[in-house]
Parts: sequence; structure tokens; C-alpha cells
Amino acid sequence: MGRKLLLEKAHVEGIRYYDTYRREGGYASVEKALKNLSPEQVVEEVKKSGLRGRGGAGFPTGMKWSFIAKPEGVPRHLVCNADESEPGTFKDRYLMEFLPHLLIEGLIVSSYALGSNATYIYIRGEYAWVADILDQAIVEAKNNGWLGKNILGSGFDCDIYVHRGAGAYICGEETALIESLEGKRGNPRIKPPFPAVKGAWDRPTVVNNVESLAAVVPIINMGGEEYAKIGVGKSTGTKLISACGNINKPGVYEIDMTISVEEFIYSDEYCGGIPKGKRLKACIPGGSSVPILPANLLLKTAKGETRMMTYESLGDGGFATGSMMGSGGFIVLDEDQCVVRHTMTLARFYQHESCGQCSPCREGTGWMHRILKNIEYGKGQKSDIDLLWDIQRRIEGNTICPLGDAAAWPVAAAIRHFRDEFEWHVNNPDECLKRNYGLAHYADPRPVPAATA
Amino acid sequence: MSDEKKMFKVTIDNITIEVEPGTSILNAARMIGGEVAPPAMCYYTKLKGSGGKCRTCLVEVAQGSTADPRPMPKLVASCRTNIMDGMVVKNITSEKVIDARKGVVEFLLINHPLDCPICDQAGECHLQDLSYEHGASGTRYQFPRRTFEKHDLGPYIQLHMTRCIMCFRCVYTADQVTNRRVHGILDRGEHAEIATYIKTALDNDFIGNVIDVCPVGALTDKTFRFKNRVWFLKPVDAHRDCPKCSGKVQLWYRGDEVFRVTARKDEFGEVEDWICNDCRFEKKKTADWVIEGPSKIDRHSVISANHYVGAHKPTEIEPEVMGRPPRLLMDIHSVSQVNQPSVDLSLLPGPAHSDDFNGKEK
Repeated sequence: MGRKLLLEKAHVEGIRYYDTYRREGGYASVEKALKNLSPEQVVEEVKKSGLRGRGGAGFPTGMKWSFIAKPEGVPRHLVCNADESEPGTFKDRYLMEFLPHLLIEGLIVSSYALGSNATYIYIRGEYAWVADILDQAIVEAKNNGWLGKNILGSGFDCDIYVHRGAGAYICGEETALIESLEGKRGNPRIKPPFPAVKGAWDRPTVVNNVESLAAVVPIINMGGEEYAKIGVGKSTGTKLISACGNINKPGVYEIDMTISVEEFIYSDEYCGGIPKGKRLKACIPGGSSVPILPANLLLKTAKGETRMMTYESLGDGGFATGSMMGSGGFIVLDEDQCVVRHTMTLARFYQHESCGQCSPCREGTGWMHRILKNIEYGKGQKSDIDLLWDIQRRIEGNTICPLGDAAAWPVAAAIRHFRDEFEWHVNNPDECLKRNYGLAHYADPRPVPAATA
Repeated sequence: MSDEKKMFKVTIDNITIEVEPGTSILNAARMIGGEVAPPAMCYYTKLKGSGGKCRTCLVEVAQGSTADPRPMPKLVASCRTNIMDGMVVKNITSEKVIDARKGVVEFLLINHPLDCPICDQAGECHLQDLSYEHGASGTRYQFPRRTFEKHDLGPYIQLHMTRCIMCFRCVYTADQVTNRRVHGILDRGEHAEIATYIKTALDNDFIGNVIDVCPVGALTDKTFRFKNRVWFLKPVDAHRDCPKCSGKVQLWYRGDEVFRVTARKDEFGEVEDWICNDCRFEKKKTADWVIEGPSKIDRHSVISANHYVGAHKPTEIEPEVMGRPPRLLMDIHSVSQVNQPSVDLSLLPGPAHSDDFNGKEK
């Protein structure tokens, strides 16, 4: 049984409410931090813990906190990124829905460390009921003296506000989130300046994922060094994984990053194997934006070692043979799944969610989607596969924010590892239409014009 | 203590110069000039916050600075990246940059028709120049392009959204130059469009400047559009005492008639002073202006065709030697009704029509 730090009390009845949460030992980290530790010491503990940002990029949280500018007389802000919109990722929702006070506790400690008196939770608009739960938890926390003026007599003031997004994936990107929080259109900003210097309302701002901020609670309770002992190498602590796709037990799991991918997929404690005894075909291990891995590369690394559920092992060998931990959205595909169809679905998503600011992303994502649609529905040509490769190559790395990369990587990885499947679609157009899953209306009815020189 | 400012050394395409701290790579490259200066479709020096969107000015930073000589991992937008001391930048000397720029041009041209022969911006279009210099000879895009209906933004400005490349310059202009912004971006991704909320007009004193900042032919001057081609006009610098703006403009003449009034632009196509709507749209008589003299136009520009300043025409020797004017191989007026000397094109109220040449009533 893996060690649980975040979801340890998730199944206690009534843990969503303050009284139960407090009875189970909640808010101990706030007491410890505000009474015994200085803000710098809290940052130091987080640094010692080796906690890496759980939103996707995996940047060390303590280091990110230490970058925040501290100009005299200028307020600072902490913003919790709860705009969880990555397809396949639903761990933050689980955490906020069942353990709202855990997040609020983490936010109070983090706000204390960063000197933020006004802290925001930017939550995905579609999580309406979760926002209500958080609002209620904030009221409870405030009524019990954990928020507001002079918390625990420490002289530290803190208020937390829930801000509902209007439903754009791009608002999960930290600078777009800040723009949206300020009431503007959610377009990513060009960096530098980084939010740690000039963020919300031009004030120094730290944006952290829900899971990262919740993890601050066990870090303070048990000490950074103890927390760092869990896990392997630089993948310290526990990680929430939202598993879905062709598995027997989809759900949110907390792993301590010492288990292998194979164990995670097949053990009864986690995913419980693949339904109907089908074979594993591929897996997207970190949310839809990370490269897909075929089964043979998923269970073994480029070095031939067992692939572990860690940041390093999942990325072993770069994108040619590895992928990323990302946000922890673990999507499993069995042998019956069509990679071309999945790639097309993802391309449609990224096309729809591109903010339209920079040219390669705005135009390129739509182009990729149309080509993939043609290939999927038996209207593609062999040259389309090379064209797709070329388009994704010219999007990747050339955009303002990582959405361009997020759109390009799935396409690149699918072609890299499953080119034969793309060619099968091109060579067997009639077969493609037969296996259309009743979605023929979605097919582009327009004929493909002849290729021009 | 010395008052001398510390200058930063930067090498762009193997040419080293010294610039003030805070200078962007693009502006440093513009100081060198020529092909070293990356193209820019969305950056505009006078508009705060502009740039970084079109990605045409991407460059490779081969060395971050003397203190940290590591190269930057990705290409960077030169308009939004500041120089560090000892930075080494590759623009046209980088294959990665040339390839990326070619890709950007291809992306931009997906939804921008190459209808330069009829577009009102032809001759002054930055995208036309960019596609000529960096584009491919053909397109690989085989899907229907997006189209829009033309949108009248009040009495002076027409929006032809089909040609828009979403550079955001007009939005920044309305935000920063005028006192009221009523237009912006609607929708997301490739569906994004410049529009007003519930088709309102753009009607404040300085809104005409959005026409000048548009790098393509999406926003056009309704008092001028399609009345003439820009290379038939003669730009002249002029000024007037205007209570609203500097009053420093360019008048675009054909014959004795002022066809258009624009702000004066520098060599990178950016205006020197914003001008008001009165100067731009209402003052189209020579008497309204104090003429300063012919505008200096780059000799290579299409606008300079037939307007050489100080040109020395070779002396016709035939009249002297032969005692008669040069013999024409063919007199165009004898075979075509077009360009009849009796028809003064500059007096026509709109575009020339065949009826104008054969004397018929329209």
C-alpha cells in the first residue's frame, strides 16, 4: 500500500466540513508555521522538500517562491491555479471537492511564506459546484479565525477569494490566468517580465497548482527533509494521478513515486489492468499535451530499465523514447484504440482552445486538425503525414506560450511512434469509413482538392 | 564620477554595435539596418505592449551575454527581448530562423488572400514584402479559407476582415491614442476576428490612425480606397496649424488633386506623429496646407516609381540631330481608349471605368 499524504483522510465522512477536518488534525500546519516559523523558514522547508510543481512543468516550487520580488511597500499575491482543463486530468477537482480545507490550509501557509495578504483561487468556470464548496470552506475558515486580520495573533492578515474563469483552457497558463483574473481577455503575456516580478496588477505574484499548494501542508507538518525522503531522486513526495481510458479502475490515485508504470496499470491497488484482458497499446502518461508512448517504450526506458512513475523515468531519452509526468493525467489505450482518431480529437481540442494571439498556434492548430480529420476519415494522402510533421515542427517552440508545444507534441509523438497506423488510414480509405463508430456526421463531407505542385 | 552611460555590446549577424541598456534586439538590429533588421508585422515602436504576436521577428540568440554565454534554447521574439551585454544574435545567418520565418509566412498566408493586384494596400503592404522575401512559391494549404463580409466602421473606415492577420496594432492604437476603444478581438483561435461589439462605428478624433498602423489591407480609408494606386501618387510633406494634432502629414497628389492624407512614416513604416481625423479625412485641398516639399521615399520602394527626386534625364538627341520628335513604334492612343490624354484621371470621383474613356454616361 503506497503512502498517502494528501488523500489520507479523503474518505472520512464529513471531511469536507470544517469541524470534521479540524477534528482530524486539520490546520496544524498553519499553527506550526505562524507560531514557530518565519516566512523565510517556510520557504526553506519547501525548498528542502524538493517539491516540484504539480501543474505540469515540474519546476521546483521552493525555488519559484524564492524568485518573488519584494519591493518595499508593494503588495504581493499568491494565485492558486485551479483552472484544471487538460483533457485526462481531474485530480485537482477531486482534491478540492473532497478536501477543500486542505487546499485552504495550504494556501494560508503559502500566503504567509510569500507575504500575500490577498490570495486568489482561479477556478475553472465549469467547476461551479466545486467553487461553491470552496466558498463555503473559506467562510468556515474565516469564521474560525484562520483567515482575516491578525491570524492566530501573528500579525499576518490573509483573505482568499475564489475567482471563476469563463471556460478557456488557455487560462490555465499562468500569465493568461493573471490577465483573466485582472478582468481582461485571457491571452498569455510575453515573458519576461515573469509573474514573480510583475504579475497580477503589476505586483509580484506566484502562481501554483492546487496540488502543489495542498502538498505544503504535509511538508510543514512533517518537515521538508522528511517529505524529501519519500519518492525517488528529484521526484520527491507523493503525486496525484488521474487515471482514465481503457483500465478497470479509473480514478484519482495518490502514488509515492516509487512504483513502476507497469505496476500502476496492472496492480489491483491502482488501475487494475485492462478490461476484457486486452493488450496495452499505448499510454499518454501526463495529460493530453504530453507525447504518447507505445507499450514497448512505456514499460521500459531508453536504457532498458523499468519505467517508473517519476519525473525522470517518464522523460528518459527525451521525446524520441520518453514522455513527461506532466499534470498526471494518465490515459491508457488498449489494442482496439485508434491512435489517429485520438490524435485528431486532441488536435480539435487544441485548435478550439488556441487563444489566437500568435500566428503559428492560431493558424497551425486548425490546419493540423483538418489534415488529421481527412486522414481519419479516409480522405488523406501519404504526403499529408509528412505535411503534418512539418507543421507541428514549425509550431513547436515558436509560440508565445506552451499551448503551441502542447498542440504539436501529441501529433509529433503519434507520427513518430504510430506512422504505420497513419499510413494504414491513407492506404485503406474504405476501411476507415467502416470503422466510423457511428460518427459519420463528423466527417468532413468536402472532397479533398488535388495536390498542387 | 563619470556621467558616461554604460553601453551594451551586441553582435547581430556578425556585426557588432553598442547600444543603450533596455534596447530590444529588433531596435538594435534596426540601428544596423538593411537585412539585419528582422521584419515585424505586429510590433510598433509607438504602441506600448505591442509586439511578440506575429512571430515574424524571431531570432536565434547564440550567446545570452558575456556573463552567461549559454545560447537561448528557443528562438525569441526580437521585438520583446532586450539586449544583454555581449549578446550574440543570428538573424539571416541562422538557418533555424529562416526556416521558422518561412513557416510563419505560410501560417499568415493561410487566411490572408494574396490578392495584391486588387488590394488597396498593394505597394504599402508589409506582408507583401515579407512573403516576397521569406515565403514559399506555393501553398500547401488545401482547405477552404475563412471569409467575412466587409464591415463599415463608420463613415471613414472599412474593415475587410478577410485580410486581417490579427496583429492587434489597431486595438492598441484605439486603446492608447484615442479616448475611447470600442473594438477589439472577438472569439478565439482561428475564429478570432477584429470587430466592434454589436457593429458600432469607430468615431473618435484619432481613430483614423488605425488605418496607418494596419500592416495589411484590412483597415482602409473609405475616402481613398480604390480611387487610385499608391504608386501613381506623389507624396508631399505638408503641415497646418491643427488644434488637435501636430498637423504634420503627407499629402498624396495625383496631378493637382490631393487623393489622400496620411501621417508621415519612417523607414520602418511607423508613423512619426499621430494625426487627427480632421487632417486625415477633411482637409483635402492644397489651400488647407503649407507644403514643405516632396517626401523622401526609399528609392527601392514601389511608391518611388516615377517620383525620383533630383533625377537627371538623359537629353533627347533625336530632335537635335533629326529635326523631329522621336518616332514611336506604336502610339497607344491609336489602339486603345485607355489613358486618353483628354481624360484627367485625378478628377474622376471613383475608380476609372471604360465609360470614362468613351464618353458614355455612367
